[in-house]
Amino acid sequence: MKLTDLTTRAGEWLRGIGPMSEIVISSRVRLARNVSGYHFLSKCTRHQRTTIEHKIRDAILGASISPKTLYVDLQDAPEVDRQLLVERHLISKPHAQSEGARGVAISESESVSIMVNEEDHLRLQVLRSGSQLEEAWEEINEIDNKLESTLDFAFHPRFGYLTACPTNVGTGIRVSVMLHLPALKLTGEIEKVFRAAKDMRLAVRGLYGEGTEALGDFYQVSNQTTLGKSEEEIISDFKGVVIPKIIEYEHHARRTLLNDRTAALDDKVFRALGILRCARLMASEETLYLLSHLRLGVNMGRVKDIDIRTVNELFLMTQPAHLQKLIGKKIDGDVRRAARAEFIRHRLNAA
Amino acid sequence: MERPGSAWLNFMNRKCDNCKSQATVHLTEIKAGKKVEKHLCQQCAEQQEGIPAGTAHTPINELLTNFVLAHSQGAKELTTNAVCEHCGMAWPDFKQGGLLGCEHDYALFEKDLTPLLQRAHDGATHHLGKVPVRRGGSGVPMKRQADLARLRKELQKAIEGEDYERAAKLRDQIKTAES
Repeated sequence: MKLTDLTTRAGEWLRGIGPMSEIVISSRVRLARNVSGYHFLSKCTRHQRTTIEHKIRDAILGASISPKTLYVDLQDAPEVDRQLLVERHLISKPHAQSEGARGVAISESESVSIMVNEEDHLRLQVLRSGSQLEEAWEEINEIDNKLESTLDFAFHPRFGYLTACPTNVGTGIRVSVMLHLPALKLTGEIEKVFRAAKDMRLAVRGLYGEGTEALGDFYQVSNQTTLGKSEEEIISDFKGVVIPKIIEYEHHARRTLLNDRTAALDDKVFRALGILRCARLMASEETLYLLSHLRLGVNMGRVKDIDIRTVNELFLMTQPAHLQKLIGKKIDGDVRRAARAEFIRHRLNAA
Repeated sequence: MERPGSAWLNFMNRKCDNCKSQATVHLTEIKAGKKVEKHLCQQCAEQQEGIPAGTAHTPINELLTNFVLAHSQGAKELTTNAVCEHCGMAWPDFKQGGLLGCEHDYALFEKDLTPLLQRAHDGATHHLGKVPVRRGGSGVPMKRQADLARLRKELQKAIEGEDYERAAKLRDQIKTAES
């Protein structure tokens, strides 16, 4: 399995299927772990960093975490490849941009990725489409157990799993769901989500995690508390309380739009579709904004001749690194915007 | 995927709104329907808000909980001047960078870390979750840990209800369970 294989298809989690996928794009569980006997990364020399990377790489590849596992050495990888992995949510932006020995292991389905030498020695992630947090937790727990048989993770009876940043200590778990909330944005009620999240001590972030904007009406909601609660408790809070509450808000906003502002709703949706089908230059931010309205229209049955999978695929493939991989060379400026517009026109007019 | 973002560093190193020394008094006021947050050092708080030095900014429950916890764990010296013999980390370095240097730092700086952890983790001070098999776990949360968590919750409640007799009993139970 090679990295270029990734560009030809959408990852498992972006197929746009799975429970409640009209609102819940994906479910993610990640665990932060460090190997006992080695410094955390901020206190590592270059040599120690390399030693840790080799040790963990061997452990991952030896643990047969999936039938086929791809390991990418990020120290040597070209920038476009690192960007591609960020766009597919397989590595974080800081991991793409940092320096020194580091890598990522990816399962064939792309549902599992393990970052090596990010902020902690290991960051395990399971990403699934739709609302599947329990399944994601079961899978990641199993992988964690497999790795634990060869790696001795830093652990303290009182503090739990020890992490470089004390905000992750304890379970080391970060549970998050990516939500598409265009109706709440259109009705001006998105603040309700922020308030509810704050009450429940959750963080709301943009498309690519911390410090990123909520482009395309995508919001990532995640837990902030990792100490004093079990993994199961954190997940069941999400599944039983957080997700249903926000989904109910969005459904309510969608009903309001449909009942009271039908013409305005259709105008948003079909105006977006019109531009996407005809424009000759498309910037990435505008693309996200228009695709968001189109996705709303398709999910609400206002647009009938476009499959939701086409829309989901466009979200992924129109990102800068994906476009460049498809075209096979580095492009930017108007050349890239023209290529993006052409790709979108082709997909939407063929549909 | 999360970095020690600016929020985390701000949280640890909040400066006094007035004189830029370390803020220890945090006030939230509602003025004309708007929430106003103030962060002051002890001295400025005394002068501006008439808050006496000492304990006024800490809720009584928190003080008592800290007191009881400190005694249930055996009081330790403050670690502000300590330097980790393994990784060389010192408390001021951590406050600046937001990241610890090695696994031993948690035990070394336990006393200083506890209030930070409580604020970052909704009051929690103890792990309650998976324990690695090689550290005596079963790969799933252990019952003993669940019991401890229940006892700590009850202790918190007893303190909130000012039932100190019960709190003392619970504290002893926690001590026994922890040993």
